Amino acid sequence: MSTKTKNVSTKDLATESLSNNNGNGMQKNERLEVLKTYKVYIGGKFPRTESGRYYKPTNSKGEILGNICLSSRKDVRNSVVAARKAFTGWSGATAFNKSQILYRIAEMLETRKAQFIEEIVFQGSTEAEAKEEVAAAVETFVYYAGWADKFQQVFSSVNPVSGSYFNFSAYEPMGVVGIIAPENNSLLGLAQSIAPAIVGGNTVVVLASESKPLCSITLSEVFHTSDVPGGVINVLTGKLDELVSFFGSHMDVNAVSFHRESDKHLHTIQELAVDNIKRVKNYTPSTYKTEAETQNPYKIIDLQEVKTTWHPIEVIGASGSGY
Amino acid sequence: MSKIKTLPDFTKSPTIDQTSIIEKASRFQKRSIKKETKIFGLKLALNMIDLTTLEGKDTPSKVKQMCYKAQHMHDSYPDLPTAAAVCVYPSMVSIAKKEVKGSGVKVASVSTAFPAGQAPLSVKIDDTKFAVDSGADEIDMVISRGKFLNGDYNYVYDEIATIKEACGKARLKVILETGELGTFDKVRRASDIAIHAGADFIKTSTGKISPAATMPVTLVMLEAIKDHFYKTGKMVGMKPAGGISNAKLALHYLVMVNEVLGADWMNNTWFRFGASSLANDLLMQLEKQRTGIYQSSDYFSID
Repeated sequence: MSTKTKNVSTKDLATESLSNNNGNGMQKNERLEVLKTYKVYIGGKFPRTESGRYYKPTNSKGEILGNICLSSRKDVRNSVVAARKAFTGWSGATAFNKSQILYRIAEMLETRKAQFIEEIVFQGSTEAEAKEEVAAAVETFVYYAGWADKFQQVFSSVNPVSGSYFNFSAYEPMGVVGIIAPENNSLLGLAQSIAPAIVGGNTVVVLASESKPLCSITLSEVFHTSDVPGGVINVLTGKLDELVSFFGSHMDVNAVSFHRESDKHLHTIQELAVDNIKRVKNYTPSTYKTEAETQNPYKIIDLQEVKTTWHPIEVIGASGSGY
Repeated sequence: MSKIKTLPDFTKSPTIDQTSIIEKASRFQKRSIKKETKIFGLKLALNMIDLTTLEGKDTPSKVKQMCYKAQHMHDSYPDLPTAAAVCVYPSMVSIAKKEVKGSGVKVASVSTAFPAGQAPLSVKIDDTKFAVDSGADEIDMVISRGKFLNGDYNYVYDEIATIKEACGKARLKVILETGELGTFDKVRRASDIAIHAGADFIKTSTGKISPAATMPVTLVMLEAIKDHFYKTGKMVGMKPAGGISNAKLALHYLVMVNEVLGADWMNNTWFRFGASSLANDLLMQLEKQRTGIYQSSDYFSID
């Protein structure tokens, strides 16, 4: 069993068998727990990494968190294909529908609180911190669910021009967004980086925290059971160092949302992004303590493209002189 | 006593072991093709494409645009081959013929009341003659699947032979519409009938029925071609059509053709892909090989 995935439950198992040895020799009906294999999430499926490689991150006590997929460039490629395929449907979904689905994520997350708390604690946080983080993650999805049918009205504009035109600017999703998720806050960081991207109609390819990857895959299971169409959210685990250039250079990735403390990697992405003029948004890794950090509609706008339309009008007076 | 040419008994066509065919076909997908070989394969596949538009909404402009694409796959990539042919409805043949003149790209026309083939023989002959007279180099006919499934093999045979005659110099591709035949045994039998009746090519599908081309069904047809070649020394071409939309799959098909029929079939005289979206994926993979960067369809022509 030692060669298989170790996670929270292996600890329990160990204690259990220990207490059995101290027992009175009565045969207790011992059960070998089925351990979870952490896989990646691509196109609504949970495949293993194409590369067949794994790594074993540990917590501060030196315990192995699990055999985690060490994704390769081909996993990035497959994820982008899946995200592109899902884009038309997702960006065209009604705001109401997107809102429902984000809210559904919050509901599903809430019901699996215990599992997330267990994982976050195993990754090295205290019980209290873990509870707080899960609650904040649920809040995040509820908050951005609310923005789905509002950000367009709030941020779009009718612009004054001196000509016989009716001129207005509206927001459109950028397309496929690469998200380099925060290294810490393995759950809240994902929620905070994914929710604003998808509520605006983008589809995403997420690279989860390298040292704390457990929640990313469990969160993918939440997405999977929340009516998020396959391919809208794709989640990879692995090393930024290996994958950074593919996020930067891929012609079919329209924006990168970067949440790590690594100037070197940021610069690599920025340089490569020039080829297809992708937008690179750099977010200083946050502790997500203040409301300004966690509840911020501008994060939706960060990943939107402005479309300005000049609509000719026959009689300039008809538009009212103000426009 | 004059020698009477007798037909083989098509009910005695070999039976196909389904499990074995599926397994064999899947093995062709496990080859690793990289670097120069991959580039060679991608270009070869590009050169084997019959760029196809067969829709009720086809217009002369759509056909012209496709003919241009057949000759200029992606001009920023130097020395790319052209497509093998453009495949259109008979009414569009004369337009296509004019557009591809001098480029070496052939014009193929579907006929015989494509795609259902539910029309009297006289109509099918007229349909074919019209296409040939308009300048079609190749005719893609459909077999009468209803007759075939009814066991009326002689009718199917005679019809193909008649259309072959109507084709004159144009090469004849016979579409079996394997998705409607149901079993590999029937695919094999239909292949044998088409080959004996004079098909220059056998083709899997119209593209209007799902499933269209698959590797196992293509393998059954390739084996029919192979057996015929060993018996008579005559080559017959193969054209899988429909459902082949990515470069990787196209390379798997090439591997299969090469390993089943051999290098003589590895050109567009004897092997074709009936596809339209395949071209852009091949181009994107070629650009990926050239630049090392994954490509986006935003930078390739919209067909």
